[in-house]
Parts: sequence; C-alpha cells; structure tokens
Amino acid sequence: MNLQAIRAIYAFEMARTKRTLLQSVVSPVISTSLYFVVFGSAIGARMTQVEHVPYGAFIVPGLMMLTLLTQSISNASFAIYFPRFTGTIYEVLSAPVSPFEIMCGYVGAAATKSVLLGLIILATAALFVPMEVRHPFWMLAFLVLTAVTFSLFGFIIGIWADGFERLQLIPMLIVTPLTFLGGTFYSLDMLPPVWRTVTLFNPVVYLISGFRWSFFGLSDVAVGVSFAMTTGFLLACLLIVSWMFRTGYRLKS
Amino acid sequence: MVSVRHLSKTYASGHSALKNINLEIARGEIFALLGPNGAGKTTLISIICGLVNASAGEVRVAGHHIVTDYRAARACIGLVPQELATESFETVVDAVSFSRGLFGKAANPAYIEQVLKSLSLWEKRDARIMTLSGGMKRRLLIAKALSHEPEVLFLDEPTAGVDVELRRDMWRLVRGLKAQGTTIILTTHYIEEAEEMADRVGVINRGEIILVEEKAALMRKLGQKQLAIELSAPLAAVPEALSSYHLALSGDGLHLTYSYGVDGAVGEPPIARLLADLSAAGIAFDDLRTAQSSLEDIFVSLVRPQS
Ligand SMILES: Nc1ncnc2c1ncn2[C@@H]1O[C@H](COP(=O)(O)OP(=O)(O)OP(=O)(O)O)[C@@H](O)[C@H]1O
Ligand SMILES: [Mg+2]
Repeated sequence: MNLQAIRAIYAFEMARTKRTLLQSVVSPVISTSLYFVVFGSAIGARMTQVEHVPYGAFIVPGLMMLTLLTQSISNASFAIYFPRFTGTIYEVLSAPVSPFEIMCGYVGAAATKSVLLGLIILATAALFVPMEVRHPFWMLAFLVLTAVTFSLFGFIIGIWADGFERLQLIPMLIVTPLTFLGGTFYSLDMLPPVWRTVTLFNPVVYLISGFRWSFFGLSDVAVGVSFAMTTGFLLACLLIVSWMFRTGYRLKS
Repeated sequence: MVSVRHLSKTYASGHSALKNINLEIARGEIFALLGPNGAGKTTLISIICGLVNASAGEVRVAGHHIVTDYRAARACIGLVPQELATESFETVVDAVSFSRGLFGKAANPAYIEQVLKSLSLWEKRDARIMTLSGGMKRRLLIAKALSHEPEVLFLDEPTAGVDVELRRDMWRLVRGLKAQGTTIILTTHYIEEAEEMADRVGVINRGEIILVEEKAALMRKLGQKQLAIELSAPLAAVPEALSSYHLALSGDGLHLTYSYGVDGAVGEPPIARLLADLSAAGIAFDDLRTAQSSLEDIFVSLVRPQS
C-alpha cells in the first residue's frame, strides 16, 4: 500500500475544499433554509405531522440525502474530471499508485466533504425544528455509506465524462428527480397504491427510508433492505471502477 | 537501466505509432531521441511511464517490468511531459510536495528546497501556479519530476518554447543530474540540443528507430557545416597557401565554400585560422554565412537509402 500517495491525494483534495469552503458550505445551507421556508412552512402549515413526527423534522433526512447525493457526485466527478481536462492526471497515472489507492484518495476526500455538509445541514435544520436522532450510530453509518457510495458513483461519471455538460447530465437528469420522487417530502403511505409500487423501483427511496429510520424509528421499507440496497450499489460501483482502471477506460490510450 | 524490447503501439484509431522498437539505455547516460513531429517520441515515453498501454512487446526499468511490477518501475521514474499541464490554484511548494507524496516518499522539506533553488523557483515557492510564466511552469514540472529523487528522468521536449537563457540553465541542470548518476532520456527536434547534451542519440521516424549511435560518431557522420564566403573580387583559383582547407570555388569565382565537421576538434577553431589565412593571402570578402545540415537534411539522408 502506498499510504503516502493516498494521503497526498486526500490532502490535495481537502486543500481544494478548504479554498472553496465558503461557497461549498454557504450554498447548501441557503438552499436547505429555503426548502424549510417553502416546504416546512408552507406545506407544514397544512400537514403538521407525518406519523407523529412534525413535518418540518420529517423532511430533514430527505434534505440531507438530497445534498449528500448531489454533493458527493459533483465533488468526486469534478475531482477526477478536472485533472483529466487540464492534463495533470499524467502525474497520478505515472506514479507508483494502484487504482484502489487513487480511488481511496479522491473518493475519501469527496465523501468527507459530503459528510461534513450533511452534518452542517442537520445543524442548520436544528435551528428551525427540534431534531431527535434515535439511532445515532446508524445515522452516521448511513451518512458515511451513502457519501462513499455516491462519491464512487461520481468518480465513475468523472472518468466517463468527456465534457463539462456530461458531468452535469446524470446528476441533473437522474439523481435530482429520483431524490425528489424518493420520499424526501412525503411518506410513501401518502401515495396511491400504484404509485407506491412504481416508487419502489427508485433506489433513492431505500436510502431515504433507512436514513429516516435512524432518526425517527419509522421507515417505508425494512431497514435491512435499505442497508442491503446501498451496499449493493456500492459494490456495483467498485466493480465498475476496477474495470475502468483495468482496461484504462478513458484514462489511457 | 531502460530496456525496450519489440515494442509496438497501435492506437485505437488504427494508427501504428511505434513499430517493433528495441532500445537499451545504460545507467547514467544521457540519451537523446530525435525525430520530426509525429515520429512517436511521446508515445514511446508515455508507454515507459505507464500513461499509454503498449500493444506488444515489453519494457523494463531498472530490471522491473513496467506492467507486472509497476510500483518498483515507476518509483524510479521522473517524467516531465511535453504539454505544460499544471495545477492552477495550488502554490509551487505544495504542488512539488504533492508529487513527492504521490511517489510514496516521506516529506523532506530540505530536499524540496534544494530542488526549487536549483531551478530558481525558491522565491516563487508560495506563489500560485497560475501566476507563473510559461518558463517557470516548465521548471515547476521539472521540479515535480525531481521531487522524488528519480533514477531515470524523462524530458519530453524540455526546451520547446523556452528562451536561450533558460535553455542554457536546463542544459546545466541536466549535466548536474548526470553527474549525480541520474539517467536522462530527452526528446528534441533540435540537433543542436542533442549535440550539446547527449552521450548517445537515437533517431526515430514514423514509429521506427532508424539509428542509434554515439553522439560523437553521429556528428562526424552527419553534422557537416558549411561556411560560405562571398568574395569582394573574383578569384581564378584557390591559392596554394589555402590548399589544406579543401575549399570549393564557385564558377564565377566569387564564392568560396568551406566544409568542416562539428565533432569538437581540439585546439584553435579552424574557421578563425582560415579567416586569418585568407587575409594573409590578401583575399578580401564582403560577407560570411554558415549553414549546418538541418535535422530535415539528416532525415532525408537517413530515410532515402532505405526506401
Ligand atoms: N491518443 C492518440 N490516439 C491516436 N493517435 C495518436 C494518439 N497520440 C498520438 N497519436 C499519433 O501517434 C503518432 C505519434 O505521436 P507522438 O505524440 O508520439 O509523436 P511525437 O514524436 O512526440 O511528436 P512531436 O514531436 O510532435 O511531439 C502521431 O501520428 C499521432 O497523431
Ligand atoms: Mg511529442
């Protein structure tokens, strides 16, 4: 293991995060606050509780997931795409570093940033509504697992993308809609039975459901299923990354 | 130190960039790879450094196979790429320290300081890279390549777009590295550069190595220079006193051409002697012009006999 190299990549990426700290933190905090104003106040005024949880608190896990997914993907995809774009990737590719180590550095840094953002959003939310976390260990476990999984997914997009538009394509076209439709703002029980079944094909449902369970002890699907789905997606991403590096896909000609 | 056997590369486009390359580079030598645009120089270096996959053949660096034992092989290598690819927002010292870390070496600020000083970058250590000039960026790339104390250094056109002074600095640096035992492989379009630096020269054209030779021998063979002398008054014949110079006189008697080698003859430069002898013989001239066989001429002369 070239631990020095992992540390070097990780520190390099974290330094980049630090340089852009203000904008990285400010924008999710502002947008979360906006969600609270719009959804929490406007809708929450009519729908005060979902299964005994105040509506304002009910949407917090979903909002955290929304930020977690979009930030993990955009951070990690940018982190690997940008050096490809500028050509500085040559240095990483010519160093005595294994693909796994490269991935650890980039994905680790992206996931760290997302976890921090998630916690900042939780803290922001706590200013608006009283929050309880019933299973703190599981809350952190889901937070980290999701951050790592989607940073990995972003890493794949960053290797696959051959232009800045493509970098935005998947987050915009797939991830954001799936998150909005994945039960961020409502419980699946509120949907008509047909839509409920359709929604179960949305993988983000499982993430949000498990995460919400760690807060309030209630979930749309069994927690074990949530956990298994997330881990399964993580493994799938790992397989794709290892295939990419083995074949040099988009990295080596 | 670097051993290339039967190496071929065909890009996905179908272009065959390298054809059965065989090359042995000894420890501690400076090897110059000469070739026109698109000859395959960068491709060859990129394969050795792990940036491009070979289609066939094998490469070893310090005895380590570059694919199966890539860690050991790459740890020996420093690469300065042809393109100026640098970070932008990072500082010079951070970027160089990052490179060292990537190669698995523990931080060593004293060594980094020494490298930056040797490249006149120490004053700029805390400057953001995007504020550096092109020449400074190139030196930064060299600093990054040297940051992990490589045994083999690849310089892909180190002096392209670099001013005369920096070129001299670069040559001095390379000689210094050689003195410390570093093996250096550089590519260039300039025969002058190969002449100045290299112990051996390889000429590559259309993906084939067409010649590998000791520099001195190559220069003797190819590096003929001509001095054209435009006379003030026509001469009927070359005077007896100048017969030892093998001068050629043009039909109109107004132009003398003197051919001489550039293999670094010791002692007094022959041109100075010739000019002194011309004045002594009472021959006045209006103008002087020297010409050297260009790389293009050399390619023509190398490629023609084969085709
Ligand atoms: N990624 C690539 N895909 C397809 N063809 C390529 C690729 N990279 C290089 N080539 C082709 O391979 C040939 C050799 O290119 P290479 O960059 O090795 O030349 P070079 O000797 O370094 O030239 P220069 O002196 O211009 O730097 C060229 O014909 C080039 O077009
Ligand atoms: Mg080149």
